[in-house]
Amino acid sequence: MKKIYTVLVENRSGVLSKVSGLFARRSFNIDSLAVGTTDDPNVSVMTIVSSGDERTLEQIEKQLNKKLDVIKVKTYDETEAVARELMLLKVKYNKSNRKEIMEIVDAMKADIVDMSEALMLIQICDRPDRTAMLIRLLNQISITEIARTGTLALPKCE
Amino acid sequence: MTGSEAMAKCLELEGVEVVYGYPGVAIANFFDSLGNTKVRQVLVRTEQNAGHMASGYARTKGTVGVCAVTSGPGALNLLTGIATAYADSIPLVCISGQVESDLIGSDGFQEADVTGAAESFVKYSYLVKNVNDIPRIFREAFYIANTGRRGPVLIDVPIDIQRAEIKSFEYPEGVNLRTYKPTVKGHIQQIKKAVSELKKAKRPLICAGGGIFLSGAKKELRTFAERYDIPVVHTMMGIGVLPTDHELNFGMVGNNGTVSANKAMQECDMLIMVGARVADRAVANPDTVLDNKVLVHIDVDPAEIGKNIGPTIPIVGDAKTIFTDMKELEISVNTVAWIEHLKEYRRLPDPLRFSDKAVNPAVFIGLLSQEMADRSAYVADVGQNQIWSCRNANIRDKGRFYTSGGMGTMGYAIPAAIGVKMADRDRQVVAVCGDGGFQMSMMELSTMKEEKVDIKIIVLRNNYLGLVREYQHYSLNDRYEMVRLGGYPKLDALAAAYDIVYYRAENMEGIDEKIKSFLTTDGSALMEVVVDPQDTVK
Repeated sequence: MKKIYTVLVENRSGVLSKVSGLFARRSFNIDSLAVGTTDDPNVSVMTIVSSGDERTLEQIEKQLNKKLDVIKVKTYDETEAVARELMLLKVKYNKSNRKEIMEIVDAMKADIVDMSEALMLIQICDRPDRTAMLIRLLNQISITEIARTGTLALPKCE
Repeated sequence: MTGSEAMAKCLELEGVEVVYGYPGVAIANFFDSLGNTKVRQVLVRTEQNAGHMASGYARTKGTVGVCAVTSGPGALNLLTGIATAYADSIPLVCISGQVESDLIGSDGFQEADVTGAAESFVKYSYLVKNVNDIPRIFREAFYIANTGRRGPVLIDVPIDIQRAEIKSFEYPEGVNLRTYKPTVKGHIQQIKKAVSELKKAKRPLICAGGGIFLSGAKKELRTFAERYDIPVVHTMMGIGVLPTDHELNFGMVGNNGTVSANKAMQECDMLIMVGARVADRAVANPDTVLDNKVLVHIDVDPAEIGKNIGPTIPIVGDAKTIFTDMKELEISVNTVAWIEHLKEYRRLPDPLRFSDKAVNPAVFIGLLSQEMADRSAYVADVGQNQIWSCRNANIRDKGRFYTSGGMGTMGYAIPAAIGVKMADRDRQVVAVCGDGGFQMSMMELSTMKEEKVDIKIIVLRNNYLGLVREYQHYSLNDRYEMVRLGGYPKLDALAAAYDIVYYRAENMEGIDEKIKSFLTTDGSALMEVVVDPQDTVK
């Protein structure tokens, strides 16, 4: 089972290590973790995706709530969320595969945002399963570097 | 006013009477300032024991225990003390000195990231970065340590912050922590649900843990159990929630517990777990415990409910408040047959056999605890001595039993006993150790002498680390690697070196008289009790 946790925390030094340390210490999985500040500069938001059995997923929420730097935890399923990931990929290309790469980029609604004679920098912002799909497709060609935000998510409006 | 003076002032304002510690340059300014207050400073002989003494003190007084150590090695030596307190939810405020703020991260002399190291076993920690934060941080630390689920809080204070001038000292009246609001009062609907289940129950049982002492609910638990005739079992940390020989007390649960307690756990149709965290030693197979029964789990820490055992009715809150609320509701349950049934199990003889070549530890502990004063403290160390103590010590209504239950830290008994005695000078205090734990903590005999605390110390001597030896006997083909205690000190000479009266028992002959004179010795005494290494707890 997968769960997404939106965790509001006090924006203090050391909080990220306290939260990630909690996951390590209790053998909870982190599938992805993204951090940023909110509209309130004193508050940061962490978006954590984790997987495990029901008891573990419930424990994660309770243990997060127990941390004194945690203000609020919201827990929801992927189906209840709008989830996005931003990813940058650098791909090595040549004349023979250039067209194929551009077709994949088009089909996946990704963008080529930078380019040299041998390298292309591709950007995609999409659902986590689709960013994973793009990696699978381009892996057959040649990915040289990758940077990704991890899943960002919010519960759907209704 | 300097930072260190502000720290000392905070302790005074919190009503702290004693600080256990060990200095180094990084905390010397604090002790210097503390010297100008009425707070007593106790120099321990190694930092870990500052934590244990503060623990014994806190558990007896029901207040926060305080210890202070220097940076780097001092703070690291204290870690075991902190983790021990955390595992048993004991409220401590631990202060550590730290290197100069702008040297942090440079791997300077005696620098260690102690807040990082301790993170997973403190309730909260602070690294003070601004001298003006000291009053707020100390106010919060004491509040956090001693509310909700109790636990240790660490404050790491760089030496330059201790020396710096504070703008103005104002001790905040309250705390303003938006992220920390422990639930004390149990949800009334949940309580009603529990009560309506209790009305239907034929074989109800209460399993009480250390949370009863932490919430001060001993009286409320007893009133509740007696009023509705509900049998009680307890965890190791719950020893003494009811007197050992109370009609409704069926003993300790778990793999080292009594037959009657474990049978009661299996056969009950309603189990009220209160202030107990269903840990592996108490409940070996939590999933099977729930077969055919309704579980009510009362705990002040919501994360404990459902962690190891699926709750049917969770009640988050303080045990004392919840028992008081439950009392308001009319319940009648007929448990006569159930109690009679459990009494049958109690009559079963203890299957353990002991060697007659030396002192029988089970009988000895029984006799010792019978002879102890009504208002006494039995402080057990860790190992075979602890299990024998748990199963055979008779704890009366005004008596207390202390041990390191969660962490199982060897060497806890002597320093904890010193803390207990300092918190309650009129209480008779007996520390029971094995010869392994004793040699881990015997340096504190000088603290005991210096502070003029009168402790009676039992060393159960079998020249082995007995519990590991027992494991090797049962599981490792009797290969006794690393467990024989050689180079043994002469304990009579050791007692003489510390100017403590020494007794020795090699067998059961005249044991009653020996125990009596040992317990009535003027001042501290040490009794070496020879037990056979073959004696086991299983």
